[in-house]
Amino acid sequence: MDFLVVNFAEILFYCLAVLTVAGGIGVLVFKSPVHAALSLLFTFVMVAALFLLLHAELLGAVQVLVYGGGIMVLFLFVIMLVNVKTLAPEQAFLSRLAPLAVVAGVLLGVLIAFALIFGVLVSGHGDGTALRTVGGAEIGNTEAIGAVLYTTYLVPFEIVSVVLLVAMIGAIVFGRRSAGLEIEGGGGES
Amino acid sequence: MKLYDFIWLVPLFPLLGAVFNGFVSNRRGLSKTTTQSVALLGAGLAWIYGWAAVIQWFFTEDHTRAYSVTAFTWITGGNLTIAGGSTAAVDIAASFQVDPLSAVMVGFVTFVGFLIHLYSVGYMHGEPDRDYARYFAYLNLFMFAMLTLITGSNLPVLFVGWEGVGLCSYLLIGFYFEKDWCAAAGKKAFIVNRIGDFGFLLAIFFAFYYFGTLEFQGLFDAMAGDHGGHYATAATIIGLLLFVGAIGKSAQIPLFVWLPDAMAGPTPVSALIHAATMVTAGVYMVARCNYFYQMSPTAMLTVAVIGGVTAVFAATIGLVQNDIKKVLAYSTVSQLGYMFLAAGVGAYVVAIFHVVTHAFFKACLFLGSGSVIHACGGEQDMRKMGGLKKYMPTTYWTFLVATIAIAGIFPFAGFFSKDEILAKVFAAGYGDLNHHGGVYYLLWSLAVIGAVLTAFYMFRLVFMTFHGEFRGGEEAEHHLHESPWTMTLPLQILGVLSIVGGFIGVPGFLWGHPEHNLIDRFLEPVVLHMDHGGHAGAHPGLGLELGLIALSLAAAGFGIWMAYRFYFVDREFVRAGKLAERFPFAYKLLLNKYWIDELYAATFVKGTVKLADLLWEIDARVIDGAVNGARHVTVGSSWLSGIFDLRVVDGLVNLVGRFYDVASLQFRRLQVGFAQGYAMVMVFGAALLLGIFFVVNL
Amino acid sequence: MIDATHYVVLSLILFCLGLIGVMVRRNFITVLMSLELMFNAVNLNLIAFSFRLSDLAGQVLAIFVITVAAAEAAIGLGLIIALVRLKDTVALDEADVMRG
Repeated sequence: MDFLVVNFAEILFYCLAVLTVAGGIGVLVFKSPVHAALSLLFTFVMVAALFLLLHAELLGAVQVLVYGGGIMVLFLFVIMLVNVKTLAPEQAFLSRLAPLAVVAGVLLGVLIAFALIFGVLVSGHGDGTALRTVGGAEIGNTEAIGAVLYTTYLVPFEIVSVVLLVAMIGAIVFGRRSAGLEIEGGGGES
Repeated sequence: MKLYDFIWLVPLFPLLGAVFNGFVSNRRGLSKTTTQSVALLGAGLAWIYGWAAVIQWFFTEDHTRAYSVTAFTWITGGNLTIAGGSTAAVDIAASFQVDPLSAVMVGFVTFVGFLIHLYSVGYMHGEPDRDYARYFAYLNLFMFAMLTLITGSNLPVLFVGWEGVGLCSYLLIGFYFEKDWCAAAGKKAFIVNRIGDFGFLLAIFFAFYYFGTLEFQGLFDAMAGDHGGHYATAATIIGLLLFVGAIGKSAQIPLFVWLPDAMAGPTPVSALIHAATMVTAGVYMVARCNYFYQMSPTAMLTVAVIGGVTAVFAATIGLVQNDIKKVLAYSTVSQLGYMFLAAGVGAYVVAIFHVVTHAFFKACLFLGSGSVIHACGGEQDMRKMGGLKKYMPTTYWTFLVATIAIAGIFPFAGFFSKDEILAKVFAAGYGDLNHHGGVYYLLWSLAVIGAVLTAFYMFRLVFMTFHGEFRGGEEAEHHLHESPWTMTLPLQILGVLSIVGGFIGVPGFLWGHPEHNLIDRFLEPVVLHMDHGGHAGAHPGLGLELGLIALSLAAAGFGIWMAYRFYFVDREFVRAGKLAERFPFAYKLLLNKYWIDELYAATFVKGTVKLADLLWEIDARVIDGAVNGARHVTVGSSWLSGIFDLRVVDGLVNLVGRFYDVASLQFRRLQVGFAQGYAMVMVFGAALLLGIFFVVNL
Repeated sequence: MIDATHYVVLSLILFCLGLIGVMVRRNFITVLMSLELMFNAVNLNLIAFSFRLSDLAGQVLAIFVITVAAAEAAIGLGLIIALVRLKDTVALDEADVMRG
């Protein structure tokens, strides 16, 4: 039991890591979009747990709220909306491109892994208290992020709000039953 | 408000007038009243504002430093490497300045300029409306350029004015451009001036190269701070090159030939440009850049010798000319020679003093001659005049006053300035200036001879024109009349100034009060003071000074007496004719102006023409031959190439087209319009880049 | 404590899974999901380095990434709707009007 207590963080990390990767594989391989979406949700929650391990409590919460709550619901809504036109399960993958694409992805991953192995990245770990500290006072991660976000990163923060606005307008424009779009496409022959 | 903060308004007013008259009045053919109102307003505002600004400046600012105002940034260049390896930024502003020298020049240029505008209203009223507008546009433009020249606070701005007056001079000399000889005279003036301008430009470049600045104050400070004589070479180079410019502009030997021809222009123009203002630009520039000359004995001596020789040389030509304006033209060249002589002995202030007094009496003389020509219906030959005294008394009296002034009779304006020049030159010889005392003595004796000649030819002019009987025939005699008030008023004003103008520079040292010489004291700060070697401190004693004054008065008196004997007592000029017969060669030499024009025509002009002919020959034979040969070759080869083109080239082109057609088919396949395919290619690309990274770095 | 490299490797695996998903899935919706997976991998990386370097900037950047991811999801799903309206399908390989 000592082993478990002393290395609790490590054990927790490996468990979470395995589950995260499993969720990711699920997203990749489930033929049904609904299954894939649920797998993705699972991955999000696991990643949120990893964030907590990394002393990013606020991000963990935001991950669950925004991804798990907001974005996933959006995905499920869309799946339901277009459900009638879903592809048949045997059409889930691009048969012609798939092998090559897997090779490409693995190749890139291996190359980046090489970069890691050759010490391009620095190993080691830092101090979690720094992520809770502002101006010498240890106050907590959320307050620390708030203090930085509304002072140093105020301008990018405001700009990101404009990005959101643009995205909202864009989504509305695309989602609108627009005559222009339909004439342009002409019903799908190419 | 500091009026002199807006000193650039002084040139601007005439420019606006010029723009209006040139682009509106001339194009639309507006009435003479409109044209002359605008022109007079432009010149008049410049006069009033200029005087007001200068007077305000006089009472408020420090006279020892130039008060500089920047109107706008003009040229912003990069850094250039200058002498000594350091860099200087080419940062030239259109800046203007007020300092004692500019103040004096603005004072008399605006005033005389305005008077001549006024005179022109009377003189040019016979011209068609459009020509009238054109004339006043040029005249205003000239005022603009001249005022830019004298108020500019750096060499490039001065150069703008310099070129501007050159341009206006060309335009106004060639005002009657329908007449070939007028157009030719204009071109001659322009081209000769250009030769001088070349030297001036080089001087500007050298000034920047050596000093890294072109501001007058900056150059002055650089020279004033140079106690080791590091800039001696630079000063000699720049001084001599600047003087080349001055020679062209101020009509000195050997570039004086344009000025007599410039009399082709309307007479007020001759008065304004070729007597009172523009030709003095050279003197102004030398006085402005006096620090270069002060530093360089060689440049000083060159200026003095050229000035002194020109003074006598031009005076001798003036002795025998019969064209009233030609006499005055050579007289101007001669007087300019005096000014340079003064500058060449370091008496820049005296040179400027003579510029001012000369402006008064020479403008008066030219305007008087214009009045005479006007009355005689365009006749300029003095042999066909005579006895005009009783027909035009105002013109006569003003003319006589100005003549006495130029001859240098006490207490008229010319006496003070000319006598001071003679005194300074003598002092230069006496003090062994720069160890060239002997040369300066020689120049002094030349100047005294010149004074005799001046008095002679000027009184010859007066006697031939105004005394005796009218020789122009019955017909012309009926038309003789006094000129309108717009013409006589300037004459009277200038006549009065010819009398009293000299009192700004009375030789106060004679009674132990040098400060009584107002202009001397006023312009003092402009000149860079230097020790010139020799025993410069030595001044001729009071007795000697008085003796010199007596001598110059005697010289003038002798000249007048000779003229009186030859041209007043002897009504038919018999003795003058006999003298000419006894010395036919000398007479012809003078009458034909030493054949200088012919000499230039035979050498430079003909040389240029010959060279052009040669080039034309080369062009006709070699180049045309080559071109024609090339034509034959081309025609023949083009026939061949036509076939070649059709078979080989077209075939090749089609082949290329086919190649790309086929090849692009393969590339088209890549362009699948399929987003995920592109994504895959991107991934492969990223992988490739990483691979290259490894290969290179590990 | 866990070495930062572990997190980075995990992030790399997650990223490659997402990448392969983007390339091989035919359904536009799943492609978008894979894309979200890639975003998550990036966030994980950022936060891992934030921890490693004891610097809050990584977390702040992750917040921006989440924001952009949300925006991207909204636009992407809007595009899916548009695609379904136009072509009556969610298969990405049928949206190939730009084929050369």
